[in-house]
Amino acid sequence: MAVQADAGAIRRRRTRASTEVRGYGRATPYLFLAPYLTLFLLFVVGPAIFGFWMSLHDWDFQLPGKPFVGLQNYKDLFDPLSATAEPFWHGMRATGIFTVASVPFLVALPLALAVLLNRKFPGRTFFRAVYFAPFVLGVAVIGLMFRYILDTSFGLLNAFLGLFGAPDIGWTNDQPYAFIALVAVTVWWTAGFNAIIFLAGLQDIPAEQYEAAELDGANSWQQFRNVTLPGLRPVTVFIVTITVLASANMFGQSVLITQGGPGDTTATALMVITDTGFSQFRMGQATAMSYLLALCLAIISVLNFVLLRERKS
Amino acid sequence: MNTISRRLVLGGIGAAGAAGILAGCGEGSAGKPGAAPATGDGGAKGYDGPNVELDFWNGFTGGDGPFMRKLVDQFNGEHANIKVKMTVMQWADYYTKLPTAVSSGRGPAVAIMHVDSLATNAARNVIEPLDDVATALELKQEDFSEVVWKAGEFNGKRYGIPLDVHPLGFFYNKTVMTQAGLDPAKPPTNADEYAAALDALKGKGIQGHWATPFPFTGVLTVQALLWQFGGDLFNDDASKATWHEEGGVKALTWFSDLVKNGHSPKNVAQDADNIAVMNGKNAFVWNGIWNINTFREKKGLEWGVAPLPNIGGTEAAWAGSHQFVLPKLKTADANKSTAARVFVNYISQKSLEWAKGGQVPARKQVRESAEFKALPEQAALATQIDHLHFPPAVPGIGDALNELNKAVNEAVLLKAEPAKALSDAAARADKILDANRKKYGA
Repeated sequence: MAVQADAGAIRRRRTRASTEVRGYGRATPYLFLAPYLTLFLLFVVGPAIFGFWMSLHDWDFQLPGKPFVGLQNYKDLFDPLSATAEPFWHGMRATGIFTVASVPFLVALPLALAVLLNRKFPGRTFFRAVYFAPFVLGVAVIGLMFRYILDTSFGLLNAFLGLFGAPDIGWTNDQPYAFIALVAVTVWWTAGFNAIIFLAGLQDIPAEQYEAAELDGANSWQQFRNVTLPGLRPVTVFIVTITVLASANMFGQSVLITQGGPGDTTATALMVITDTGFSQFRMGQATAMSYLLALCLAIISVLNFVLLRERKS
Repeated sequence: MNTISRRLVLGGIGAAGAAGILAGCGEGSAGKPGAAPATGDGGAKGYDGPNVELDFWNGFTGGDGPFMRKLVDQFNGEHANIKVKMTVMQWADYYTKLPTAVSSGRGPAVAIMHVDSLATNAARNVIEPLDDVATALELKQEDFSEVVWKAGEFNGKRYGIPLDVHPLGFFYNKTVMTQAGLDPAKPPTNADEYAAALDALKGKGIQGHWATPFPFTGVLTVQALLWQFGGDLFNDDASKATWHEEGGVKALTWFSDLVKNGHSPKNVAQDADNIAVMNGKNAFVWNGIWNINTFREKKGLEWGVAPLPNIGGTEAAWAGSHQFVLPKLKTADANKSTAARVFVNYISQKSLEWAKGGQVPARKQVRESAEFKALPEQAALATQIDHLHFPPAVPGIGDALNELNKAVNEAVLLKAEPAKALSDAAARADKILDANRKKYGA
């Protein structure tokens, strides 16, 4: 505070002393933003605009002709007779199922973990590291690893379940097991990341609030319900938002573990977009799909905010 | 208010990012290939220009890689002024990377491509015709089998010089066959013998032919069966899929019945069929010739390989073929073009060495040489050469074939009846074929 006040005072003095550097204060924030802004424009906004332009064409970067088709690529996505509609909506369905199934676990479980890891007990730091550890692995590593573990005939998991007389389950190629496997793998893989963020949020809740609650006779559940949860609200909004986006962008797990199967039930929207754009080289259609997916995610993010925002009554 | 906009932006960034993934790689101008190089002799007379470095890309990530590297080293040793640098990557990435590299002017001078990708890449200006190389090497149809030779052509021009053929073969575990009282020296050769063998195995509690729902090896097997039952994948001009007709339905029914009749477990995962043969849990697998080296490396495995049994009545087998291609150079470089042709010529003549990596040489004279016949497994599969099938040379044919993969997947996992799965897939494939015709202007 003191530093800020000083800086303000200095600036006021300067402004008063020399009028010729009046623009200085106004440009400063933008100059600080410039390095990031340049990258943002170059690698996010620029490609996004170019992508939209592509989506209005039959675009293949290797073909000389890139006929302008207007909104046809978008219309095709709503025309069940077109070549792109069915794969795309199947992909959206897979993405939707995965998101709905994974987000609750990816929010609730890390919250429970964070509450546990926030207590004082011997080896606390060790366990914090243990739960975070899987997150540092690449998707290729966990994908390959779980393909072995989940193999129907020779996998560790079925061998273990077999000890209890369970029949061989097709974890990678039978539904609903394929989705269960994908959700479980993803939860194991990324729960630690969300837990760390919750943990940071927990440490921001003043201890006095718990003391006050205790004095008022609140038991530990009531404390959790009325102190912890409200205190974590901003963190929760953040986590729900990024987790929904991350789950909606699920790609590697499906590619590596289920290969989109059985049938195309676990081929997510991103897999369909990648296939359309990079193996069929229909980049116009693929960017149209991307924009539709982006629109859906934007709407969900807004809903997310509206539903979870702080209600000031 | 402040938080609203921040969250909106946050959502927006994620969303824009998704779109950006695609947009980012459309960069790079297209359709401006370098002028056709002045090559004249197609590399037959060698190369005596200044030192030149050639990039050579392929996807030989498996047991075949070291064999190709050896040939490249040999070539480098014998050619002081040409240095070939071989880069290996996964085939799946390769077909995405190569066009991008070519369009940005960083493509290799020589590359390998599967025969079913030639037409697509020719139509997309990724590779250039090399009729001159074929002429210079005095390659003629008689030197190859007709189907292999024809497969390198698109629109009347030659785009690929065949390096090898890799057919599907019938691999069997001799120990398991003995357990079931079968004679390992006489693997089944037709539908009745095959059924009898499977029943004998079942009698001993062995599931004898595991059926996978994946392209390797399920879809390859179903394609072979489809041709055996007299069907075909596409009609004559490849404008419609025909795999849902009688031959295809019989093929997929036979294959998925392996699961229904208890000759295969349900939900077999990728590669588990092959692993099961190696572990002695499965007797038979129809796998590519590349499997020879995999089986050979497994200690204690008693195995054999034979041409595919004739289940459907007509001898037929699925096969792929590696072909040399010359990617387009953005800036024409006569030295590079000539040197690349010298390299293709050299390797093509050394295809016996390559065959040891688990391939059938494309050249007839190599196939008929005593040295090749001394490779018993490869030679056994080479006998199928005259009834091999490739997909038609139509751009984007792989996009349509992808739908067949889905049908096989659903049927083998018992999620759909073969006929229904196939006709649904054919309907989807027809739309893709239609879109491809528009796209590639055929």
